Amino acid sequence: MTEKDSTRRIRVEALARVEGEGALHVEVREGRVEAVRLEIYEPPRFFEAFLRGRDFSEAPDITARICGICPVAYQMSAVQAMEDALGITVDAATRALRRLLYCGEWIESHTLHVYMLHAPDFLGYPDAIALARDHPRIVERGLALKKAGNDLVRVIGGREIHPINVRVGGFHRAPRVAELKALAATLERAREDALASVRWVGGFEFPDFEADYEFVALRHPSQYPFNEGRIASSSGLDIDVHAYREHFIEEQVPHSTALHSVLRGRGAYFLGPLARYSLNFERLPAIARDAAREAGLASVCRNPFRSIVVRAVEILFACDEALRLIGNYEPPAGPAQGPALTAALAAMLESAPRAGAGCAATEAPRGLLYHRYRLEADGRIAEASIIPPTSQNQNTIESDLRRLVQDSLALDDTALTLRCEQAIRNYDPCISCATHFLRLEVNRQ
Amino acid sequence: MSGPAPASPGILVIGAGNDLRHDDAAGLEAARRVRRIGGRAIEVIEACGDLSGLAGIWSGRDRVILLDAARSGAPCGTVHRLDAAAGPLPVAFARGSTHGLGIAEAVELSRALGRLPRALVIYGIEGREFGPGTGLSPAVAEAVESLAGRLAREWAHA
Repeated sequence: MTEKDSTRRIRVEALARVEGEGALHVEVREGRVEAVRLEIYEPPRFFEAFLRGRDFSEAPDITARICGICPVAYQMSAVQAMEDALGITVDAATRALRRLLYCGEWIESHTLHVYMLHAPDFLGYPDAIALARDHPRIVERGLALKKAGNDLVRVIGGREIHPINVRVGGFHRAPRVAELKALAATLERAREDALASVRWVGGFEFPDFEADYEFVALRHPSQYPFNEGRIASSSGLDIDVHAYREHFIEEQVPHSTALHSVLRGRGAYFLGPLARYSLNFERLPAIARDAAREAGLASVCRNPFRSIVVRAVEILFACDEALRLIGNYEPPAGPAQGPALTAALAAMLESAPRAGAGCAATEAPRGLLYHRYRLEADGRIAEASIIPPTSQNQNTIESDLRRLVQDSLALDDTALTLRCEQAIRNYDPCISCATHFLRLEVNRQ
Repeated sequence: MSGPAPASPGILVIGAGNDLRHDDAAGLEAARRVRRIGGRAIEVIEACGDLSGLAGIWSGRDRVILLDAARSGAPCGTVHRLDAAAGPLPVAFARGSTHGLGIAEAVELSRALGRLPRALVIYGIEGREFGPGTGLSPAVAEAVESLAGRLAREWAHA
């Protein structure tokens, strides 16, 4: 920071505890915040271009490579968009197994963020290592919880990072009942750890900060959303995923290699745990609703700093849902089961109409992830569009920061910088996903 | 992360890195070569992505060797040897991204939790090219082969 006359400047060259490379620049002139720019300088990754010319069947594995933390989300949106394009409907058992795989990803991704990345902000530690020195049992609990999620992804997905078992039409290999039942004891312990996690983060102190966000998330008639549902908002939007492009617009901005998104005619919107929770509270199981209330959450939460509590509630939900799904598990009976599926699935895919377009949206840990593909007659990808949650949240993050800095100008630069970083981490941004996206600079004049 | 949970107090070799970032695969390639040379006598696992799980994998082990790529400014192909039990790792082993834990963070987290193995030696192979793509720089490939051969022979007679 430097101070010159009425100028106050803070610049953090690289934001820590977020994924990818970016910076934040804030301009303050005569006590008023004039500009906030979330500068995403990580190079664009051109995944959409990589996909052109590749066979439709390759999209789930190629797009899974976009992120090491949320590869399942990319696989789910890709595979369902392809099935939409090809007119394929999978059976209930396949849908349930996909939901179970998604539970694993939410548990590992959310736990990493809650324990390793975000909790140190609330407790005054620079990182999880310092937190571990003073609170080893708590960090050990986080590691065990994350491992439970990893185990689930490994058993269903074939490996923990970039799973390889998802395919258009189903799975390459359905896990045996015994393989999933073997995870039940681990998940029961994880559910207890998740409940303790909600109580732990619920006791943190939170800045008094709320905004009238337009929350956007999938909403399903009965289930807390992973893969299915209509796109709904807190301001009354209720659309089929096929109408996404009629309502959501991507915009180029000079300071970011990631596209910004707005709701047509309405502006910024909010994706992720707070949105999902606030639009779907009644769809949570009783154990998660009760824990949320005990932790001080109402059925709608508009304080993004409390997102850490909502993430913990979603971990609890995912553990509980995983146990429910495992208890009911029967391997998919459709063509997508085991090595013998190849001929049947190949025949089904062979007969599917090729030239056409399909889209899907699923709930990645960070929020709604939209994929759309247009296929050539021979099944090659002619056009791909991938809109990750972090890029969609950029406008809202900037809006939060604008208000937060204005309200916090009395803080010294070190405290203000930490508060801004904490606010950005409220969104668990995945910059690498979005660039296809941190440094912090506050310029006070 | 793939591979078995620790079952014995023998030597455990961990290769870390990313196969799709050129020289970042150096540690993985070295570990695979150790496996090929050393056969079943040496337990080898591969670690990719977030490394927070290492604390659980190497906790209670007598001797762990971790092979990884490094970027310190030294000449490409230089092999760094670090005794992790002796103190914090240098900056060259901290990762730019913090979405998950890298080697340095995993080691220090383990140290804070009292979960470091009794002996943990880290070999860092200095790389040059870390952009997207496969294949090691010639000097890195040479260092991988030389290091893996030396380690496997050393342990075979241990």
